[in-house]
Amino acid sequence: MRAKQMLATMSHEIRSPLSGVVSMAEILSTTKLDREQKQLLDVMLSSGDLVLQLINDILDLSKVESGVMKLEATKFRPREVVKHVLQTAAASLQKILTLEGHVADDVPIDVIGDVLRIRQILTNLISNAIKFTHEGKVGVKLYLVPEPPFAKEGSQHGSDGSTANQSTTSASKTESYTSTSKTSSDQNEFHGKKNEGLCQNNSHREPGTPVTNGTTDGSEEQVELPATTVWLRCDVYDTGIGIPENALPTLFKKYMQVSADHARKYGGTGLGLAICKQLVELMGGRLTVSSRVNCGSTFTFILPYKGSTSCDSSDDPDDLSDMVDHDAMDEDETAGFFQFLPRTLGSLFSSNGSSRTQKLMPHNIGYAKSHKLDGLSENCYSFPMNNGPPKEIDSAVQISSEPGSSISHSWDPDNKSWICSEKSQAVEMKINTSGPQLPPKRQKKPDVGSLSKLNGRQQVLKNSTTSKPKILLVEDSKINVMVAQSMLKQLGHTIDVVNNGAEAVCAVQKHGYDLVLMDVCMPVMDGLQATRLIRSFEETGNWDAAAKVGIEQDSSQPGHTSPTKRIPIIAMTANALSESADECYANGMDSFVSKPVTFQNLKECLEQYLG
Amino acid sequence: MDRNGLQHQVDCMRRSLFDQGYLDEPFIQLEELQDDANPNFVQEIVTLFYTDSARLIQNIEHALSTRPIDFNKLDDYMHQFKGSSSSIGAKRVMNECSVFREHCSAENAEGCMRSFQQVKQEYVALRRKLEDYLQMEKQAAVSRTP
Repeated sequence: MRAKQMLATMSHEIRSPLSGVVSMAEILSTTKLDREQKQLLDVMLSSGDLVLQLINDILDLSKVESGVMKLEATKFRPREVVKHVLQTAAASLQKILTLEGHVADDVPIDVIGDVLRIRQILTNLISNAIKFTHEGKVGVKLYLVPEPPFAKEGSQHGSDGSTANQSTTSASKTESYTSTSKTSSDQNEFHGKKNEGLCQNNSHREPGTPVTNGTTDGSEEQVELPATTVWLRCDVYDTGIGIPENALPTLFKKYMQVSADHARKYGGTGLGLAICKQLVELMGGRLTVSSRVNCGSTFTFILPYKGSTSCDSSDDPDDLSDMVDHDAMDEDETAGFFQFLPRTLGSLFSSNGSSRTQKLMPHNIGYAKSHKLDGLSENCYSFPMNNGPPKEIDSAVQISSEPGSSISHSWDPDNKSWICSEKSQAVEMKINTSGPQLPPKRQKKPDVGSLSKLNGRQQVLKNSTTSKPKILLVEDSKINVMVAQSMLKQLGHTIDVVNNGAEAVCAVQKHGYDLVLMDVCMPVMDGLQATRLIRSFEETGNWDAAAKVGIEQDSSQPGHTSPTKRIPIIAMTANALSESADECYANGMDSFVSKPVTFQNLKECLEQYLG
Repeated sequence: MDRNGLQHQVDCMRRSLFDQGYLDEPFIQLEELQDDANPNFVQEIVTLFYTDSARLIQNIEHALSTRPIDFNKLDDYMHQFKGSSSSIGAKRVMNECSVFREHCSAENAEGCMRSFQQVKQEYVALRRKLEDYLQMEKQAAVSRTP
């Protein structure tokens, strides 16, 4: 215990000066450097970041182990979380992989749990999957399962034989249930179960439901209880290199990589899975894995969640009508399938050093700008793949503030498509493939002026057919407000301006915005926190998190009752350590523009997120 | 001076401001935002910069004189000041700000005070140069109009 405590303290102590080193390096990177110096600096920066991340991991782990970690219980939407995590992973994907997510229909719209930790686990598993998969796909499957045996009193089901957590499930686990512990058979068993009603209780055994694999239950009397528990199972699967059988037992142990070779080749510290396992078990669940070498792996975690009590259990007809209402309101709420098709990158880009934000670390995403063209949206452009070792990819993909060349991947929330676009000196191209639905809007829209633009600009003519997008500028510096306002005016937009994060949250509570330009460093409340609060509203449908920090909704104004779609939030970052791209994305921002903002960057950003 | 001569002088002066590192790319952004609808944009922004940052300069002075020195606050002020400077492309001022922030992180009071002197020097020097430049530029613009 003392050793762990010391570790935690030392980690804090180590973090400060290390941050100092990294921030100095960042400042250095803004000065004039020749190519060689830039490259050296990039190594410094990525090493520094790596160490910082390591320290965070260590801290997390020791917190969990020493029992200091407190779990939250917030209402959230599992579909949103899955979508968001995949989105984030897709944006930083440097390989040709398909990312997909399936959320079963019977998964509730809302559940209660520690959304931050769950997202952490999911992100970790997905980035591992991506790391060890070179072709094919990585996906997430989320579905409802009956209460697993390890949750029952006295039953031992943990992968390491630890005592099962006495989770606070309701007495509705009176149904007896035998199941095998094998991943695959679980899948077979429960896959066919759909449409058990939106609102969850443990009454899985409805009369007539086919029962397979030796489960003994037919129909059972269910005790109606105010708090119910649902068990959701999440499979993170991939078509990657797989894990040899002999490595499986030690997989979740700290500091273990599959082999020394693996560690050398793939990097990483081996802390991620250990943390995941601890967290999952802390929450009363189990984390397991099944794998075949050269075929792929599936990491599975089962967790209990408190059901949302916003709807009570009722017979099917009511549930169905609830579902219909939801559908009428917003199809995104119940959307259960997400797919992110792979993009191929051309080799047309010049490379002149790389910017810090493009390390090949799983959590990292880092492209600020993108270009779009018109008229090409239907087609899928395929280019020779840049699949070399990290160093090559790094140099091919870069952000630079010179007009020379840039590449970006970005997620277009409106069209559920992933836009990868790059421009070189001579040519701007856009590759856009949309997911299952092909949005009509994109094809029709003329894109004024971007074809010829590299330097200089022209007035953008607003289409008067659609109403003007509403933009919120959140910025405390008067000068930056004036400059940004002037730029946006030239781009044909009028904007609302607020001066800190708290005012931004209030503004969003009152009006719907199509885009938010969010400064990061501000007094009263910074941009990161404001973004978190707005995302919390989008994920949970309520403003509880904001109320918790003192932002009361103005009851005289109706405001929105529920978010209809995710607002693009663009960070305006001074590129300091505290405003790194990573941090922006981790807090829910969609992209960033570096300060001082240039007209061109702003224009591209608007084109991308406002269409 | 004839019209062309004046314009030529203005162009030379502008060129040297960039060459000598007083100004950088963001200033060009400001210039490009100036148009018929906004004919004094650059002047307005520069004026705003100097009035707005006067407050910050005062805050920093004050923070440097109190004991013990609150380095976090100092860094905060300087961060804001640096941000404003960067928005107008005040390159030399920004560079001095960076040096200041290094001393701040190291909690080096002596270093902070020294580098703050530098910041102020550059800040004042830039103001003079910008005043001269903008005035001349206005004259040239006036003489351009028929």
